[in-house]
Formats: sequence, C-alpha cells, structure tokens
Amino acid sequence: MAINKDSNGYTFTFAITLVVVVGTILALLATGLKDRQDRNEEVKKQLDILSAIMDVDKKKIDRSNAEENFKKFVDLDKAIVLNSKGEVLEGIYDVKGNVVEGKAFDVDIRKEFKDKKRKAEHRNYPLFLGEDEKGKTVYVMPVIGNGLWGPIWGNICLGADMNTIKGASFGHKGETPGLGAEITQKFFINGWVGEKLTAEDGVFAPFKVVKDNSGASTDSKVDGITGGTITSKGVEEMANRCLEVYVIYFNNLKTK
Amino acid sequence: MSEGIENKKAPREPLFSKKNKKLVTEPLADNNPVTIQVLGICSALAITVQVEQGVVMGGAVLFVLVLGNLIISLLRNLIPSRIRIIVQLVVVAALVIIVNEVLKAFLPDVSEKLSVFVGLIITNCIIMGRFEAFAMANKPWPSIMDGIGNGLGYAGLLILVAVFRELFGSGSLYGVKLLGSNIPGEEWGLYTMGYVNNNMMILPPMALIIVGIIIWVQRSRNKSLIEEH
Repeated sequence: MAINKDSNGYTFTFAITLVVVVGTILALLATGLKDRQDRNEEVKKQLDILSAIMDVDKKKIDRSNAEENFKKFVDLDKAIVLNSKGEVLEGIYDVKGNVVEGKAFDVDIRKEFKDKKRKAEHRNYPLFLGEDEKGKTVYVMPVIGNGLWGPIWGNICLGADMNTIKGASFGHKGETPGLGAEITQKFFINGWVGEKLTAEDGVFAPFKVVKDNSGASTDSKVDGITGGTITSKGVEEMANRCLEVYVIYFNNLKTK
Repeated sequence: MSEGIENKKAPREPLFSKKNKKLVTEPLADNNPVTIQVLGICSALAITVQVEQGVVMGGAVLFVLVLGNLIISLLRNLIPSRIRIIVQLVVVAALVIIVNEVLKAFLPDVSEKLSVFVGLIITNCIIMGRFEAFAMANKPWPSIMDGIGNGLGYAGLLILVAVFRELFGSGSLYGVKLLGSNIPGEEWGLYTMGYVNNNMMILPPMALIIVGIIIWVQRSRNKSLIEEH
C-alpha cells in the first residue's frame, strides 16, 4: 500500500468518511425507528397513568395490554386541561400562550417544562378522569420537575374526594441507580399514599420530604430516600408546585 | 477481514488456543480491569448499590466491548494514528447509541433500565483502554476474546461489590429481602431483633473502600501482583 497514513490528506479523508458513515447510520436508524419509538412512548404514558391508579403488576398490565386497559379505566373524553391558575382551558396553550386546539393526552409536560421559550404561566396542566378497579372515580394529575441529574416526572392519583392520594407513579431520566432512582419503587410511593392535599380548611398543605422516618405517621410528610436526598427534594418541589394548581381547580369545583 | 497479516505464512492458530483462552481468563482475576488495571472505577462506584444494576451494566459493557474491539481491530490498519483516540470514541459512542435506539424501538423496557447507563458506558475507561491497548494491535478474533474477558472481569467485580453493598446496605440481594423487612409496622426477620441496615454502604465512598479491600486481598494472595515502587 502506497498511501501515506500519516499525511494530512489521509487523516482528513478518514475522519470525513468516518463521520459521514456513522452519521448516515445513526440518521437512518433514528428516522427508521421513530414510529415504533413514538408508539412505545405513548403506551408508556398510558401505563404510567394506569400504574398511578392501580397496581399494574398485580393486575398483570404491561405494555402488551396497556392500551385496552387504559381505554377501560381512563375516560379521555372527560380529560381536561388547566392553566396555571387552575382554570379550565378550551384547548391547550401553545408556546406563545395562545389557546389552540388540543387534547389533554397530547400535552407533553416534559417538553413544556424544559422549553425555555415557554413561560411558566403558559404550561398546560392536564387532568385525567378515570375509575379504579372498584368503579370509583379517580383523578390523575401528571407532575414534572427536576431531580439531581435530569428531569423527574410522575402521575399522582386522587380518590373521589379530590383530596386523598390514592396512588402514584414516578419516573426519571437519569437519577443514580440504587439511590435517587429508587423514587420509582413501591416503598417510596407508599409513603405518598393516604396523604391529603389540603388541610381541613381546604388550603393546600405543601408536602415535606423528611429524613427522620416520621413520614409514615405525620400528615403532609413523606419519608425520603437515604443517599437520594436531592432527588427526594426534587419530588417534593415537583409535587408542591404542580399539585397546588390542581387544588385551586378542585376547590372551585367544590364551592360551586 | 485479516488479509494484512495472513501472508506471513505462520501456521493458523486454533481458535481456542492456550493464548486465546488466556485472553479470557486473565482479566477475570490476575489482570482484572478494575482491581489491577484500575480502569472503570468511576462506574464501579456509581452503580454497585444493587446487584441488578451491576448485572445490567456488566452485560452492556461486555456487549459494547466485544463489538467495539472487533470493529477497531478490523479497522486497525486504516486508522490514522494521530486521530485514533477520536476514532475510538466515535466507535463507542455510535455503538452505544445504535444499541440504545434499537432497544428503544423493540425492547423498550430494557432500554428504560439501560438509559441511565448509556453515558456511563461511553465514558467507561475500560472500553477506551482495551481499544487502545489491545484491539489497535491485534487481530479480530483475539480482540473478541479480550473483549469477553475484560467485560466479564468488569461485570464480575461490579457484582461482587454490589453483593456486599446491597446485602449490608439494604438487606437484600437482587431485590430479594434476605434479612427480613424493616418497613415500619411490617418488620420481620433480623430487624425484629434490632438489626439495622448500614447506611454507609449505600453511599459511594463505601464502594471505594470495598474495591480497596478486594485489591488488598487479591494482592496479598498473589504477591506477584504487587508493584515495586
């Protein structure tokens, strides 16, 4: 081989070829698989909402049958979108704050949360209505916030009294496995079940994630995760910021 | 595949010759990538709180290392030496992303488990270390063996550290509560007798200490591993 591999020409040619080849493969792959991935994400969203309402493991609901169960337990026709003042929107906000046509399920709160162009008051707050296994009405509110390394999110499910947390599901992008990532585990979620959103006077009672193991016995207090303090605090902030909006709506509904 | 070297007329080496087998067995103990080569320590600290995570990460690194070693080894005579590190980095990054995209489309649950580790895999020094030290200078087959050996050696150590940390830190192994339960009101097993989990075990420094103890034990059993300084 007569090519001088140390020449600038060869180095450049190699680098450019490599980049083009790798770039092409990645681009083809990303576009080719996009439909499937989007579909998977939609199913995951349904599964997340369902797992806030009930124990999906026990009911043997997984990705394969999430869609039919979602239709059975969640009534998307009744789902509404609130604005940050807790008022019902006739549609959804776009980035500039104009109300455009849209459905609650199509709102991507993760995208809205990290979108710097969107003002905080123009975030959409979807509210899903459904029923649990026993046929009782439940309300599911998606929440979104920041953990230690990236976004965290979740769905919080209220019972028919629009006040008591019946269940929840949390997710995260990249929290530390075994520490912050434990927010998805049952033991952490169980700490939220049974807590009430408002005090007796109907005012929103902010949650506090605590370290002293008093969460189980005290109202509005939830036990945090050892070694996952910042993520736990992130869940606290996320729940308080998002749920407050829904409480305004529920209070208006009750007084009507 | 291996045109460049084939014409040396050397007799063909059997696929599982002693030398090739050694490539797999050595990194498991006496040339372990973590305890001896001291590579990949950072990820060993980050994800050894639970055994399950050790298994997932170990498997992912094994996969990327074998495939990457093969690709680099195939390209080794073409890669310009001045940009070889960048080329290696591109290969790892592309591999990891391809694997993750495919998993996202076809095995979304596995992809969710792996998502946290993707960044850790790309920056894992074992992978770059093996590319640079082995695959750049060896034929594809030994490179695959080297990848398997180092991948397993890494996974083995992760799991070993994770066993200690999960057992003493959370009282469970692979998520199974072995020592009982300490959920208030539902205690059983050792916890009813006042046993308490060691929270230190969950924190990252403990991983370093455990790795240190393993290195200590290993070197005191095999004196030839001790460097003379």
